[in-house]
Amino acid sequence: MEIVVCIKQVPDTATVRFDREKGTIIREGVQSIINPSDLHALEAGLSLRDELGGKVTVITMGPPQAESALRDALSLGADEAILLSDRAFAAADTLATTYTLLKAIQKIGLPDLILCGTHAIDGDTAQVGPGLAARLGWPSITQVAGLEILDTGTRFLVKRLIEQGYEMVEVELPALLTCHKSLNRPRVPSLKAKMRARKADIPVWGHEDLGADSGKIGIKGSPTWVDSTFVPAFEAKREMLEGSPDEQVDALIVRLKESGLL
Amino acid sequence: MCGSCEDICLPGAIVKEREKGPAPTDIDAYSGIWVVCEAPDGIIPAWAKELLSKAHDLAAKAGEELTAVVLGHSLGEVPKDLAAFGADRVLVVDEPSLKGFHDDIYANVLAYMARKELPSVILAASTPMGRAYIPRVATMLETGLTADCMDLDISTEDKTLLQTRPTFGGNLIATITCRKHRPQMATVRPHVFKPREPDQAARVSVINFSVPEELLASRAKVIETHVEPLEGPDITEADVVVTVGRGIGNKETLEQAMELAELLGAAVGATRPITDEGWLPDRAQIGQTGVTISPKLYIGLGVSGAVHHTVGIRGSEIIVAVNKDPEAPIFEMATYGIVGDLHEILPVLIDRIRKERAGK
Repeated sequence: MEIVVCIKQVPDTATVRFDREKGTIIREGVQSIINPSDLHALEAGLSLRDELGGKVTVITMGPPQAESALRDALSLGADEAILLSDRAFAAADTLATTYTLLKAIQKIGLPDLILCGTHAIDGDTAQVGPGLAARLGWPSITQVAGLEILDTGTRFLVKRLIEQGYEMVEVELPALLTCHKSLNRPRVPSLKAKMRARKADIPVWGHEDLGADSGKIGIKGSPTWVDSTFVPAFEAKREMLEGSPDEQVDALIVRLKESGLL
Repeated sequence: MCGSCEDICLPGAIVKEREKGPAPTDIDAYSGIWVVCEAPDGIIPAWAKELLSKAHDLAAKAGEELTAVVLGHSLGEVPKDLAAFGADRVLVVDEPSLKGFHDDIYANVLAYMARKELPSVILAASTPMGRAYIPRVATMLETGLTADCMDLDISTEDKTLLQTRPTFGGNLIATITCRKHRPQMATVRPHVFKPREPDQAARVSVINFSVPEELLASRAKVIETHVEPLEGPDITEADVVVTVGRGIGNKETLEQAMELAELLGAAVGATRPITDEGWLPDRAQIGQTGVTISPKLYIGLGVSGAVHHTVGIRGSEIIVAVNKDPEAPIFEMATYGIVGDLHEILPVLIDRIRKERAGK
């Protein structure tokens, strides 16, 4: 089974600090990681390959330093990795991103299965997976929390999370699935794979390599725009309750009783 | 593109010039505001009222017609009820293949309708269903989509939809536009907007829209649906919500927070890191990509107050925040703030409330 896994390198939110004045990220000390749910997509791809044979190719669009996310994916067992990096890709919204990914996947050769995470922890739009499937005209099933192979791999039975519970969906390949964190437990890298990943050749494809329409990539291909940004205003009493824990709690109880809440 | 990474990127790689945007669509050909309601089981979802009520205000402001679009099966008289919430007309696609949710079929149908009717604005709910198929529609229509808006406005001048959501990765709110492309598409989480008083006298024309057969097929098939009943009080309806954030630290403290919630008859909410860790179910997540709440009392335990969370709690009457970091942004919003260690505060708080309860 030929599988493409789309990943994104994101700032590790556990290490992100904000500049309270400017409202922007303080970049120093922020580590980059593979987006958490993309790791579950990768694990799903690797275990399907282990069972059915074939190949897992990992792709990401990002700045040159996103290569380290691809090396991490290789050290987990991905067969190949391709970096889509070009200044012309910069500032892409999700429409331009899905176009760029489509062109890369067409260049690789259409796989049987594309796997993505459910959402990226930075942008959190959850739009790239379904958008990419629409470009291919493939079915997409989001929030996949279980997966069973049917008919030696021409169909899957998937468990997909919905608002209050789940659905069981049968899908004929090729298809795109977005993988939820409850789908599996990502493996740890093996020493051998780590060594191989360090030396692996990771091709970098730009817009010319993809034969991409320059009006559909990066900022030019992005219909959405940020007009303005502002600090959210909120009127609050902001009464700080001081003293020992006992005093603080007592002060709170008094106020909650006054408000009729206790 | 939010531009928040502009100052840290390669020089010149990101340039804030609107002139460099994609080739525009013929904006004048598009008019009207749509609110899309999915009803795979023949029931109009509760959020449809909220979204229609907001869209009604936008339509009135911009002088646009408001259309409710209902996709589903066995709808019967249901679409008529939408008149009470401000729809001028209802477009209905009632097809057996819309029974059960198939991402590609729903997307095919909505994209087909939009190409025929050319609406200026399409609003949808950011439910798991909406999040699954609305991005497909935006891609098929080659237009922009803003996910999980916390507010919407419209410019009377050029009918640009002003879409508000937190910036990617920043702690600011951004106004996002899609000036040169139509339709302008946005999703909104349930409970963000308030439903208006229904106008029972309002009447509406219901138009059955027919869709070509070939759009109604999918390689995916829903075999069965399991609905799991909610445990404990519904967080969106609860008067008191106890919310835990990353500062909760460990599972013992989480247990204490649950104990406090039980004493108060409160629902338990969480910030995204807590649900991402699997400490509480996804449905407990409050904020931009979670639920929006408006309780009488919100108690934040170890919640730092990132915008992605606080946009979901702005409707709370009283906000109590307990955090050991006096600089935590949550204190800016707090009615009452306690700087302290949860390990010390929580046992005292539980004890005092238990005594209050026993005294009654």
